[in-house]
Amino acid sequence: MTGEYRLADGGRIDRDRPVRFRFDGHDYEGCAGDTLASALLANGVHQVGTSIRYGRPRGIAAAGPEEPNALVQIEEPFPEPMLTATTVELRDGLVASGLPGQGRLATEPDPARYDAINAHCDVLVVGAGPAGLAAARSAARSGARVIVADADTEFGGSLLGTRDELDQAPAWRWIDRVTSELQASPDVTVLPRTTVFGCYDDNYLVAVEHRGEDAFTRQRAWHIRAREIVLATGSHERPLVFPGNDRPGTMLASSARTYLHRYGVLPGRRAVVFTTNDSAYAAAVDLHDAGVEIAAVVDVRPVATTVWTARCVERGIRILTNCAVTGTSGADRVSGAQVSSLPSGDAAPAELDCDLLLVSGGWNPAVHLHSQARGTVRYSEELGALVPDRTPRGVRTVGAAAGTFTTAECLRAGSEAGSDAAREAGFHADVAEVPGSPSGPVTPPQPIWLLPGLSADSDDEQFVDLARDATVADVRKAVGAGMSSVEHIKRFTTIGTAHDQGKTSGLLSSGVIAELLGVEVAEVGATTFRPPYAPVAFAALAGRDRGDLYDPIRVTAMHDWHLEQDCPFENVGQWKRPWYYPQPGEDMESAVLRECHAVRTGVGMQDVSTLGKIDVQGPDAAEFLDLVYTNKMSTLRVGRIRYGVMCHADGMVFDDGTVMRTGEHRYLVSTTSGGAAGVLEWLEDWLQTEWPHLRVHLTSVTEQWATIALAGPRSREVLARVTSDIDLTNDAFPFMSWTDGTVAGSGARVCRISFSGELAFEINVPWWHGRQVWEALHRAGSEFGITPYGTETMHVLRAEKGFPIVGQDTDGTVTPHDLGMGWAVSKKKDDFLGMRSFSREDTARSDRKHLVGLLPPAGSAVVPEGTQLVDSTELPAPPVPMLGHITSSYRSAALDRPFALALVKSGRDRIGQTIYGHVGDELVPVEITEPVFYDKEGNRRDG
Amino acid sequence: MMLIPCPWCGPRNETEFHYGGQADVSYPADPQAVSDVDWARFLFFRANTKGIFTERWNHQAGCRRWFTVRRDTTTNEIFHDDSHEAVTR
Amino acid sequence: MAELHGESPLVTRAETLAGSSVPGVLHLSEVAFTAQVTLRVDPKSPAAERIGTAVGTMLPNQPGQVARTERLQILWMGPDEWLLIGPEGGAEQLQATLTEALGEEHGSVVDVSGHRTIVEVTGPKSRELLAKGCALDLHRRSFASDQCAQTLLARTGVVLLCRDVEQPSFWIFVRSSFARYLADWLADAAAEYRV
Repeated sequence: MTGEYRLADGGRIDRDRPVRFRFDGHDYEGCAGDTLASALLANGVHQVGTSIRYGRPRGIAAAGPEEPNALVQIEEPFPEPMLTATTVELRDGLVASGLPGQGRLATEPDPARYDAINAHCDVLVVGAGPAGLAAARSAARSGARVIVADADTEFGGSLLGTRDELDQAPAWRWIDRVTSELQASPDVTVLPRTTVFGCYDDNYLVAVEHRGEDAFTRQRAWHIRAREIVLATGSHERPLVFPGNDRPGTMLASSARTYLHRYGVLPGRRAVVFTTNDSAYAAAVDLHDAGVEIAAVVDVRPVATTVWTARCVERGIRILTNCAVTGTSGADRVSGAQVSSLPSGDAAPAELDCDLLLVSGGWNPAVHLHSQARGTVRYSEELGALVPDRTPRGVRTVGAAAGTFTTAECLRAGSEAGSDAAREAGFHADVAEVPGSPSGPVTPPQPIWLLPGLSADSDDEQFVDLARDATVADVRKAVGAGMSSVEHIKRFTTIGTAHDQGKTSGLLSSGVIAELLGVEVAEVGATTFRPPYAPVAFAALAGRDRGDLYDPIRVTAMHDWHLEQDCPFENVGQWKRPWYYPQPGEDMESAVLRECHAVRTGVGMQDVSTLGKIDVQGPDAAEFLDLVYTNKMSTLRVGRIRYGVMCHADGMVFDDGTVMRTGEHRYLVSTTSGGAAGVLEWLEDWLQTEWPHLRVHLTSVTEQWATIALAGPRSREVLARVTSDIDLTNDAFPFMSWTDGTVAGSGARVCRISFSGELAFEINVPWWHGRQVWEALHRAGSEFGITPYGTETMHVLRAEKGFPIVGQDTDGTVTPHDLGMGWAVSKKKDDFLGMRSFSREDTARSDRKHLVGLLPPAGSAVVPEGTQLVDSTELPAPPVPMLGHITSSYRSAALDRPFALALVKSGRDRIGQTIYGHVGDELVPVEITEPVFYDKEGNRRDG
Repeated sequence: MMLIPCPWCGPRNETEFHYGGQADVSYPADPQAVSDVDWARFLFFRANTKGIFTERWNHQAGCRRWFTVRRDTTTNEIFHDDSHEAVTR
Repeated sequence: MAELHGESPLVTRAETLAGSSVPGVLHLSEVAFTAQVTLRVDPKSPAAERIGTAVGTMLPNQPGQVARTERLQILWMGPDEWLLIGPEGGAEQLQATLTEALGEEHGSVVDVSGHRTIVEVTGPKSRELLAKGCALDLHRRSFASDQCAQTLLARTGVVLLCRDVEQPSFWIFVRSSFARYLADWLADAAAEYRV
């Protein structure tokens, strides 16, 4: 037997498959089909944890995701914090413990896999209770693509927790029949264990499927785009506010019924039932019939419904009308309930012994998704609940979620909504037949928020939000402080902000607020329903976007060669670029000094394939480039190359690169590695929207080419070894020109451009040949000591020449003039992007920050990039007048000293002066210099 | 996740697009003839409409075309019309 | 280029793709070294007509449409843009054909053979595999044979081509620098089919 409170038969659990588990250090046995909560109750365990603020014992209050109390930490199979015992499927070997309101994250990486999938459907049905199943069947029969998702392990919704009959047979027969029919339809996706937790723009919903510990992926996020949605999300029973309403053994009435019928568990031996409506009577009757003694049904209404009265009388169940439970007793489990007559009611017995206190304060339609879908809700006086009001196009909310509480009505409304949704999606759909279900007359509920006549002393034992330990006293304090908005009070009291997001406490708090303010509940309203509907693990949201797949890693054709050198890589945008190539025993600084020295004195090679490349073609290509570059590109001759700067219209530099004229109407433009996509989009923007008359086409060819920079005084000799059809002399192949030829057997476009100031070639070959040509150059250079170099050396070499790097030495507030690149700004053009801004007052100021060089004392350390610059040897009181900051800083092999580039206020007018860098607690003197440190005359570029 | 109607490729997830801000902010025909104040207005001032807003999008992950849509900024509802004039600023 | 055959972007992922394949369920492989040429021209121009005649089929004018000849597949990429795919080694010939047909009219012909490589995905699980990273509706009714789309797959841009809707077969065009990432992603997404 799996627990002394387990019935010998009945329920949806499998008694032949016992499941062993451990809770709070004790070993227990449950059954396949149990939740942790039902298995604990079967073993007589009610208290699960303690409360977050007051440490009061707390038990199992519900049977589903609305559970406010029963928080557990899972230890095995994998640590997971803060799950509700009511939603944890029992499995062999489960180890869990109760929590004091909050759990702890695992310290080890989660070994499970998580993934995601996109899905499209004509009709999405959320919830597979009577309304949802009926809707799914109607929709599916039309041939529409249907997805039906339900958070529970099996379909059936509320029917699983009752012994209701459909077509004079147990309801599960109909559930099984419909589920089988849906599963057999090729265009229907049936998703049990799947919580739809968010509804976003344009009918985009996200769900998490709990696939189980043994599944290949533990959880899967479903991203569903639905033409039409049917929300059949059911409702949650609402508890009641009264003193001591948090003692373990206090449970929602319908949940007790679910434990009985679905799990074959008696949640107690002697129960008091406290209600404001008819639904709790079913629990009283069913539990009685299963052997639970019902001490009394306590109904706040003056008159009970006749049919229920008759059923109770038949069973000898006492009904106390016009009464309320006004207190409880017991230590870690309820042992008694105090019952008082409501003012004007008859006298009632003072104390009833019980080990179970069932409560029902009415029903809250689960309007969460409806509300997220931008449906509105209104307060129904009749039901004492928020019900859907206006429903947006493409969404239908039906069943209990719409405030419909009889099975017959839910089935009918669901079936109609399903066919209606399918028709709206373009299918011919009939309303599928629904099974017959019994229904009887119902007496309206009498919502009650605060019991009248209680002393204020009891306020702090009357819990409104059990998960947050928030009481009537807290609400009273908020109202007393002058708050009247439910949103303010929520934030002050934290009501509704726990793991359950106020599923049981939300409207309850509105009701209490209304009572305390003396206004209508409708006037108070409710807080906004936001996703997620239920807690979602971050791992499920991440899916497979973690580890190496977290973000794309872009690599060049030569990447494997770099890997073989075991070099560290620098991230440049999504690219991996070799940073430096350390030899055995070298640290970064010595490797970079060696690489720099090699390029300045011998020859080096670098993989520069990552630079963006855009083919620009058309009769108006020259005119177009004149408009987007600050300098003139129309005067560039075919065969020649020009460096260009691009500015936004505000005159600030945003990208730079070389422009090759490859034909009368054709150019090849290069961009920074990280800027390629942005530049192309920017150029397309102007071409398509401002200057559509220009006949120009742009094509990205970044990966068409693998590009190798060969730099240093010996570079010509190396290249000569692997090419025979290119005249490499300065006269035939001058600086800033390009030529086509053959390099190491590959067709190549070779350019004479230099980012180091040395004689240099840039060799472009088709991507497929990149590695082979690279290796051929490396072999050809071996006798010259060819040295592969990375981005760090490239940075040092260009900084020695004063060449800025966009994005490092600029930050979107720097003009070409600030960079000292007035020479790259044409004065002969009528217009280009940025031109007008250069005469703006702020842009034309003479005291803007200029890019200058800085020299710390020889022999001193490199001053860190980002160092702030000031004018004085001692820091004055704040605010300290700032001069600027260091943008690039390195040790130079050629200069044998540290040096830096910096943006300094009026820097060009201060050359020769000393200013100070604020490093740690020190002020380091630095001398302002021209930004060009090496080969100022430019003699080295021709070798 | 909005569905944005690319006039060419049809409705696609918003993650395929880049936002281009307020539409109909034209580059002055002769920027040199514009006053500093008007130029600053062109550069830096944009409407921040609550309600229906005409704005530009670029189908970055698709056909790379720029186009204009009208969207209600309070509901994200996009109004489907005038796709012929869609490819203008 | 006769001397060098070169290395395709996924040469080091051939085993990864083969190892992710499951007979009768899913097959992944690289289709390397195809000739790929981007064509830009006004579809209403006489040049577009001449090009149609020269290549043997009119340029597809519907978004996502693909035209085929014996040697070529022509993918609609934009209102005035097409990607032409031909057999290995055919890029220069194809460019010459297009350039000649273009004549003096405005248009552009650009060799992009190295810019992207192709991953072929076939088998009954193809659609499900792609759906794990692609938000397009790949249902047979929505994405049929000879349809293409530029979209996102996982975290990279791709051109997706449906080669056969009955025996599911897709080509994924991916930029060479992103190819390994995509291959690794596909292998990870396909791992569950090997169990």
